[in-house]
Amino acid sequence: MEHVAQHSDPHYDPEASKMGMWLFIFTELLLFGGLFIVYAVYRYLNPEAFQMAGHELNITIGAINTIILLVSSMTIAMSTSSLQKKNKGLTVLLLEITILLAVIFLINKYFEWGVKFDHGIWPGSEHLLNDLGKGEILFFGLYFVMTGLHALHIVVGLVIIIVALNKIQKGTVNADRPLLLENAGLYWHLVDLIWIFLFPLFYLIH
Amino acid sequence: METEKHHIVPYRVYVYILIALVVMTFMSIGITKINLGAYSVLGAMIFATVKSVLVLTWFMHLKFDQPLLRFMVGFVVLLFFAVIFITFLDYYFR
Repeated sequence: MEHVAQHSDPHYDPEASKMGMWLFIFTELLLFGGLFIVYAVYRYLNPEAFQMAGHELNITIGAINTIILLVSSMTIAMSTSSLQKKNKGLTVLLLEITILLAVIFLINKYFEWGVKFDHGIWPGSEHLLNDLGKGEILFFGLYFVMTGLHALHIVVGLVIIIVALNKIQKGTVNADRPLLLENAGLYWHLVDLIWIFLFPLFYLIH
Repeated sequence: METEKHHIVPYRVYVYILIALVVMTFMSIGITKINLGAYSVLGAMIFATVKSVLVLTWFMHLKFDQPLLRFMVGFVVLLFFAVIFITFLDYYFR
């Protein structure tokens, strides 16, 4: 009986797909890893400036976004369980919640960056270049690049989750072929993983 | 064929992991509010490391996947720390 289900696509190889996804995740980890090393070196060279600049960031918004990402990681992890339990309705619901949380994260980010812009802080702004020191320029440069790159990953993750959700509704991703959802989950957890380090390094400097 | 059979993680396990992650988030905020100097950075980083181990092990299913994946993740982490170590050797002794 199982052969019938597998026959529809002979190229389905879950082990290889998963390993491919992990190899991609490693490149992502090292991309952000490189940026973290740049951060570490500049913070080591400008400790006071980084502390001063860190006060500008809002811990509450950072903490709310942390919780949002952690909860969304849980809902997408749960959706892989519910797919395997052949509970399609719950899987779809959990993915919709994940998508909603990702959108809320981006909205928070929009307002957070908006406040910085209102304070005259953006890469290359006059206030940053004329009134603040080299260390602050480095801090805010890294802040915008790293949280911006992270937000870009949220957008990409959103697209992947929407594709997976679509295929689950069509039935091409199901309990026998769950790998697209699992890989979407892996990507989403990667985004969560990066934020776990971004949050203390930028928001919790005191 | 055995590896293709997936271990289905019960929902409550994910809830426990989430609670642990949220608690550690607040603990890392708490530890940086206390003025411990350099130790508060260390504390926040230890919490972040424990959190990422939880995410890798449970959310990313490494606990249930083939051991090769765990080995590969460990290798990448070691590589990353080696690069940090060498970079800071350079900066300390300049």
